Amino acid sequence: MDKSLIRNFCIVAHIDHGKSTLADRIIEKTGLLTAREMQEQVLDNMDLERERGITIKSQAVRTVYKANDGKEYIFNLIDTPGHVDFNYEVSRSLAACDGAILVVDAAQGVEAQTLANVYLALDHDLDVFPVINKIDLPSAEPQRVKDEIEDVIGIEAQDAPLISAKNGIGIDDVLEAIVNRIPAPKGDENAPLSALIFDSLYDSYKGVIVFVRVMNGTVKKGTSIKMMATGACEEVVEVGYFGAGRFIPCDELSAGMVGYITASIKTLSETAVGDTVTEADNPCSEPLPGYKKVQPVVYCGVYPADSAKYEDLKEALEKLQLNDASLFYEPETSLALGFGFRCGFLGLLHLDIIQERLEREYDLDLVTTAPSVVYKVYKTDGTVIDLTNPSNLPDPSEIDYMEEPIVNAEIMVTKDFVGSIMELCQQRRGRYISMEYIEAGRALIKYELPLNEIIYDFFDALKSRSRGYASFDYDLKGYEKSSLVKLDILINKEQVDALSFIVHSDSAYERGRRMCEKLKDEIPRHLFEIPIQACVGGRVIARETVKAMRKDVLAKCYGGDITRKKKLLEKQKEGKKRMRQVGNVEIPQSAFMSVLKLDDDN
Amino acid sequence: MAELYIHIPFCVRKCLYCDFCSFPADRDMQENYVRALCEELVFSGEERCSASLSSVFIGGGTPSSLPAEHIITVMKCVREHFDVSDDAEITIECNPGTVDADKLHAYAEAGINRISFGLQSADDVELKTLGRIHTYDDFLNSYRLAAEAGFSNINVDLMSGIPGQSLSSWESTLRKTCSLDPVPAHISAYSLIVEEETPFGEMMKDGRLDVPDEDLDREMYHMTSRILSEYGYSRYEISNYALDGHECRHNVGYWTGVPYYGAGLDASSYYGDARYANTDDIISYIKDPVVGHFQIEKLGMQDLMSEFMILGLRMIKGVSAGEFSKRFSRDLFDVYASQIEKHVKEGLLVTEDGNVFLSERGLDLANHVMQSFI
Repeated sequence: MDKSLIRNFCIVAHIDHGKSTLADRIIEKTGLLTAREMQEQVLDNMDLERERGITIKSQAVRTVYKANDGKEYIFNLIDTPGHVDFNYEVSRSLAACDGAILVVDAAQGVEAQTLANVYLALDHDLDVFPVINKIDLPSAEPQRVKDEIEDVIGIEAQDAPLISAKNGIGIDDVLEAIVNRIPAPKGDENAPLSALIFDSLYDSYKGVIVFVRVMNGTVKKGTSIKMMATGACEEVVEVGYFGAGRFIPCDELSAGMVGYITASIKTLSETAVGDTVTEADNPCSEPLPGYKKVQPVVYCGVYPADSAKYEDLKEALEKLQLNDASLFYEPETSLALGFGFRCGFLGLLHLDIIQERLEREYDLDLVTTAPSVVYKVYKTDGTVIDLTNPSNLPDPSEIDYMEEPIVNAEIMVTKDFVGSIMELCQQRRGRYISMEYIEAGRALIKYELPLNEIIYDFFDALKSRSRGYASFDYDLKGYEKSSLVKLDILINKEQVDALSFIVHSDSAYERGRRMCEKLKDEIPRHLFEIPIQACVGGRVIARETVKAMRKDVLAKCYGGDITRKKKLLEKQKEGKKRMRQVGNVEIPQSAFMSVLKLDDDN
Repeated sequence: MAELYIHIPFCVRKCLYCDFCSFPADRDMQENYVRALCEELVFSGEERCSASLSSVFIGGGTPSSLPAEHIITVMKCVREHFDVSDDAEITIECNPGTVDADKLHAYAEAGINRISFGLQSADDVELKTLGRIHTYDDFLNSYRLAAEAGFSNINVDLMSGIPGQSLSSWESTLRKTCSLDPVPAHISAYSLIVEEETPFGEMMKDGRLDVPDEDLDREMYHMTSRILSEYGYSRYEISNYALDGHECRHNVGYWTGVPYYGAGLDASSYYGDARYANTDDIISYIKDPVVGHFQIEKLGMQDLMSEFMILGLRMIKGVSAGEFSKRFSRDLFDVYASQIEKHVKEGLLVTEDGNVFLSERGLDLANHVMQSFI
């Protein structure tokens, strides 16, 4: 394979700037697919992804392009997930490329994720060239956006192709630019094998399919390979490359090529993204840089609404994990919710997606508890616990101190909203780092924020305070010591474990008060009065009361009414059945969710 | 023994809280309807019902909004095709302001022996709030005419929980009603139910309906039985009160499982362990009043026992284990052991001499108890 005819690249963009549409056009124009084969967005093959307009799992596609110079080039387009939750996967996908196309919306200009993604690409030494998309919009200002790219990002943009991916304008320019502006891969096919795993998926026939970029050496059927980080060894069954939507076997993959390997591997955990594949008998001297083990950052309890569905939930999680090694789960028991699982996610979007897939693809009704970040609990005996479930917090007397995760947040916003955004960050215990005007009228604000302040509804609050104009990106900075307490909720004097959460001591009172108010509305009246209390360390800090039910009677029931009135009683009875019994109080499932929405009325 | 219910779906104007099958209609529609109704009555009397009738109830809507001759025609048809007991209770519902002396005399002559007046309130402002077409004075006039026409068995419907109603205005409505001359034999006192598909329901949804809160509602409710008992009325059902021996036989029949035949638009029937409903589409009813009678619910043993409980418990004296075993050849305390135990423990049910009935608090929370028997 002549390496000079290969181009390995990705497309980076802010959400909705048109990344997937451009990918579609490139695939279409390079002719491997007929228009009939084209699904609207070929790369996003999961329904869910299409509906949300985001790409969840990175994928790759190989196409053939006959350039103006008369030669045929192999394009390996590697798609990257566009969300901060999947930052690590993004970074590994980028590492598999030699260059990147930066798509910028001609009306919106540079946004927070544009910056974050482009810096990430530059960090990986990729050659980046910009294209200006959506130039046919009435509000398009291509020249302003070009200037902005040069000013803000510092890459040359004056000859950036002006395109409309949606309407197929300017795509040829993009294809030529890929050939001319993205470098051909380097590497030595005769050196010991080193190939970067940038994704993998589980197929029930082939087992795990490992997506790799070969840096050096050659891999083919029969090669004994070794995963350097996990140590797994297998014999290669098949190698190939990615046709659109299918796998096309080939003889070998050599330095510079992008493709897949199958080797009767049973679980994804053996093929961690970022790991290096080498030859077992003739290993490379050291692994490719950048591998790390992905750790969940957000945890929550996931329970079946109908406790009889526990086994179904377990099976569904097993299946999902086959294709998503970053999903973590382990069984847990709650007094209030029964048997369920503590699940770990890369972020809130990841949590959302998994929850939705469980409900949609596996037809499960779920009750989830408030998401929690991972706290570090330093005990007086010198040991440290990673706390993922607030209920497991040791007795305060055993705790020396606690630490919470902090993120570096970058928020880009027009200057009218700077004040209200900064106010929001202050409220969320943010630490101001800097602010710069990146062009007339727009500012990039940097804050350090505790992760637990942004996992609930920060993004929504940001949008509503900036009328949708703010864009936001963050990455984990590390852990910091913090004054944290566990807030417990007692309903009719009984502690409800599923409602406990960790909160900064300064916000404990406010949170507790709101929680009690919310629960008061959620819990129906019973035959007796029900006190709802919020406690910190056994001390009640807020209280509400659900008054005893005084009236539950049908004033009239005559001959013509009986059937209808019976149905009414049946419906009431059904409603009670779906509730969770804690002590002698019936709590609707919505109450467990309501704690996630404490800031609704802001 | 069986009962006959006859539905007249017409009224002068629909009240704001009403979710019954009723609407205004012109003369032609009224005539066509009565013709269809008689056709159904002939069929029911000849083909469906062989038992003798212990009661006939002409309800609505507002039956008294029809010209008197229609009611005479209907009653004649009933007598010709049904076996009406000599001592049958025969009731017609009337709205104040829709009757005159002639009409009431005609009712009496047709054998009707009980009148039920929908008064609702003795306060004209409250009547207006409800969208009623009459004033309190209209009622007094209609009531006097009924007495003069010889009716001694008269019911007055009252309503508590009206938007804007105060405790004292409710007390005044109760006391005025008990002091009528002659005194009414029967009083139904309902706490307003705001049904979704009514103008009140809409207003409630938009927060424009100022109904008394739960506490005030209950105070009114509890005041009702206290005041009515001062005047010699005993409560015999959740919302019904009567002077001795004047309980509404027709309604007691519903709560004790007496079979009933319904005639007319949207009317329900219950016989042979099944419940039936007529169409609620007036055009199809008029076209074919006989075929409109279709089964909606076949009642198995469990259903029958369950209805025995939830209907029987509406009555103050509750259900009797003796009656239960006579009906089902099973022991009440055996079949519903856990339910009865639970609610007795909660203080909502009382068992006494083989009877099971709702306690004072149980009457307020009847649904909670009844759900257990479903």
